[in-house]
Order: sequence, then structure tokens, then C-alpha cells
Amino acid sequence: MSGLAIETCGLTYHFGNQKVVDNLSLKVEKGSIYGFLGPNGAGKTTTIKILLNLLKSPADSVFIFGKDISTNRIASLKRMGALVEQPAIYAHLSGKENLYNRCILLGTPRSRAAEMLALVGLTEAADKKAGKYSLGMKQRLGIALALLGDPELLLLDEPTNGLDPNGIIEIRNLMIELTSKHNKTILVSSHLLAEIERIATHVGIINKGQLLFQGTINELQTLNKPVVEIETDAIEATLGILAAEGYTPEQIKTGTIQIPYTSKAETGRINTVLVQGGNTISSIHLVRKDLEHLFLDITKPN
Amino acid sequence: MYALIISLQSEFYKSRKTLAFWAAILLPFLICAMVAFGFYTKSENILKLHYPPEVLWITYSGAALGVMGMLILPFYVIFMAFSVNNIEHKNDTWKTLFAQPLGKLSIYTAKYLYAVLLIFICLFLFAAFTFASGHLLQVLVPEYKFSDYSPINLLSKFYAKLFLSSLGILSVQFIISLIWSDFLKPMGIGFIGIIFGSIVASKHWEYAYMVPYSQPSLALTMKKTAGGSDFFTQDIYASLATALVLFIVGYFIVAKKSIK
Repeated sequence: MSGLAIETCGLTYHFGNQKVVDNLSLKVEKGSIYGFLGPNGAGKTTTIKILLNLLKSPADSVFIFGKDISTNRIASLKRMGALVEQPAIYAHLSGKENLYNRCILLGTPRSRAAEMLALVGLTEAADKKAGKYSLGMKQRLGIALALLGDPELLLLDEPTNGLDPNGIIEIRNLMIELTSKHNKTILVSSHLLAEIERIATHVGIINKGQLLFQGTINELQTLNKPVVEIETDAIEATLGILAAEGYTPEQIKTGTIQIPYTSKAETGRINTVLVQGGNTISSIHLVRKDLEHLFLDITKPN
Repeated sequence: MYALIISLQSEFYKSRKTLAFWAAILLPFLICAMVAFGFYTKSENILKLHYPPEVLWITYSGAALGVMGMLILPFYVIFMAFSVNNIEHKNDTWKTLFAQPLGKLSIYTAKYLYAVLLIFICLFLFAAFTFASGHLLQVLVPEYKFSDYSPINLLSKFYAKLFLSSLGILSVQFIISLIWSDFLKPMGIGFIGIIFGSIVASKHWEYAYMVPYSQPSLALTMKKTAGGSDFFTQDIYASLATALVLFIVGYFIVAKKSIK
């Protein structure tokens, strides 16, 4: 347990009669960037709120750095920083004042506010009212607020929402730097796989409150079985030959057939058989499903 | 205790640029200035009545106290209870406030105390401005006899009673504003409460002192209790008891509050 920053054990949560989180057992290792993936409404934000004790969880179901949050709320929150949904900021205060207010609550020196503003690129807008910020600027301020107390564990709920491509890259690099250089642990939720694929070391996939997959990013890619894609004009003949060879070919679009990949030699042999059978093969190549398709595959049966 | 102090500090920091905070200063200033202006421009009529100094002070302070007890104070308290909570509802900041490493009791108590403090500041300034403007009038109209009587006891007693009698309304409205984020519910309930309160107070209903909304105007009538104290009257006790009970109830609401 000591190596885990977050652990939930069979966590279940209801909103009225609706089960929003269903028997969820998260394991987030210290020092990792845990990509918490799922479509909208999958239960990601609810889970993050439970991890912050904003929503009550039963005893012995949520552990932060090995301690039960229901009995160690303040001690656990001291080690966490969070950005939940759209950033919660006081619109009538400037960006700097929002940070100063948080400095008061955390007992952090005010000099840290200026550092955070510089870190998220808001120094020039520091004195502007936060209510007049663009969505991207609000998001940056939200991240600055989450980082202000220098927490060991960061919970970021869709942090790149509303950011422009440059902003997304900056936040991505910031997250990587925080874990690699400052030994932080980050749980970052997103509905965009490509985003998580770029930064996460570990992935948890949630849909309808259930955890469908949890493991390292490599394990996720291993799940992703490669296929051989064959392009030909003689579809019927090719399907016939492949079936006779013991394959279960699948036509994915006009002129394109897929079969499971086994080995390089086997792919060569198939090619030879098809050509010798008098078919014109315009292309035969190895394809890995991109993560988007994999994600759809995992979530579809549910 | 430390968590309570920093939470209070933060409440002040957050609201210092809002109308809720400035109302505590502007309201007594404006009302006292208006009353003083009236006493200055109509000084000849008032001087004709030949009030002794004590009665002059009672008449002068009564002009502000009368409207305060009946109308302005209850509305001000309702507005204050609303503002202190609305700053979090409006900005959707309850979730970050309760995700800070601070006890929920500290966060809640700080909010409640801050509202109490603003009411205290407001009423203290009423007394201070009344005192100061009375002496200013003496300088401007030397025929007045304000300087022949010290109104400090009189003002402090009336305003202290008004302060204590407002805690009942504050506690009711604080809970309403804590639970509901919209403007209409606390204002609507408060408005009905004030109307009901002023009806039962003016009709001398025997249990009127139990109604928080009628307590401020009852507190100013100075009806002595059986024990003889004209300060701790029934309505003051009822107000303090209401405040205590509802403060505790409010804490349980906060402790069980899930931030959806």
C-alpha cells in the first residue's frame, strides 16, 4: 500500500437510485501520471470528488497515501491539489487576488502566487478580473490554484479543456516536468485518448461507473492486437482463399480485408498464396488499431 | 482555532470589494447623514419644541433607530446572510473551499461569524455616526443642547439590543442561503417573515417575541421582563436561543453536505 498515492477498494456511489460509480478499485502509483479515461458522464468527476471527500464515501474504501480519507480528511487534503470541472474562481477578484486568497487559506507565502502566475503564463493578466478571463485563462488559473500549495498529488479534471494547441502543449509539458523533476503524482482525467496517450504512464478506463481496464500504457497497447490489412480488387476470391487457409477474414470496407496478424513469415506466405491464386494484391501491410478504436472496442460491449 | 482565523481572514479578503462589505459602512453613514441633514435644515422647528438634552438625543437617535428596527435591519441581515453564502454559490467555489485542508466547522463558523461581524460593524457605526453627527450639529447650530448630555449609555444600550435581537433572523436566513443558491428563496421567505413579524409585533401578540423577524422591533420597545432587566428582555433571549440552535443545525447541514 505504501507505493500507492491513491487506492480505492470496491468503491460504489449512488446519486439517488442511479449507480454512478460501480465497484471501482483504482490503484495510482506514486510518481505516475495516471490517465483516467472515459466518455462524458462515465463517473470521472464523481470519482475525483469522492477522492477529495467532497462526496462522502464509506469507511475503508478510499485511501490517499495509504490513509483512509474518511478519517484523515484534513491530513490527506494537505497533500493534494485539485482542479475539478470548470475552475472555481472568484469572478470579482483578479487572478492574483484569487491566488492570494488561497495563500491565506494554505498559509503559503504570497511570493508563491507570482511564481504560479509565471508558471501558467498569466503574469501579464494578473491584475485583470478573473471574471473577464477567457475559458483557457480560467483553466490556467485553476491549474495555478491547484499547484499553489506544492501538493504531492494533483487531481486534474480535464485540465486542457478550452485551451488552444499551444496551451495544451504547455500544460502537457508541465505535467511531465512535475512528475519527472519534482516527483509529483498526477491523476488526470480526459475523454480524449490521444491526449492521455502522450503523457500518461498508467491508464484507467471507466465507463458507466465501472473500471474496464487498468494498467500501464504499454499493457494497454499490448491489448491492442495488430491485424494484416489486404487491399485487392478480387474480394470474393480473396475471401475464399483466406477462409480455405483457416482464417476468418473480415471485410472492413470496399476492397479491404483484415485478418489477425500472427507473424512476419505467415504474412509472407498468405501473400504468396493469394498471388499464386491469380489475385492482384495492391497492398498488404501490418496495422495497429489506434487507441481511439481500441477505446471504442473496450467500451462498446458495456 | 488557527483554521478559523485564516478562514475569517479569507472571508474578509474575498468580500472586501463587494457591496455586502461596503453596505456595512455606507448604510449607517447615509442614514445618519440624512437624519443630521434634516435636523440641520429644520433646526428652527425642532428648537421651538424646547427638548431637554436627553429627550433631544432620544428623538435624534430614534429617527435612525425607528426605521432600522422595523425595516432596514431585517432586510440588511437577510442581505448579509445571502451575500456571505452567495459568493460561493455564484462562483461555484464550494467545491474548492471544502477541498482545502481546513475543518468544515472552521469554514462554516468563519462564514457565520463574518456575517455577525458585518452586522456588528454596521450597528457600531450607526451608534458612532449618530454620536459624531449630533456633536457636529451642535457646532453648526449652537442653540442645540446636544453637548449637555452624554448619549453613550443610551446609544450603546439600544444598538447592543438591536444587534443581539438580529441574530435570530440571521441564523434562519443563513441556513436558507446556505442550502439554496438562488436569490428568490431567501429574499421571498425573508420578506414574508418581515411582514409577518411586523404584524405580530404591532398587534402585541403574546408570543411575538418568539418570531425572529419581530425581535428587532420588540427589542426597541424596552418592555421590562418580570425580573426587571430592560436589557435582557424575552425577545433577546429568544433571539439568542434561536441563533444557538440554528447555528448547530447549520453545522450538521454543512458536515453532511455533498458537493455535487
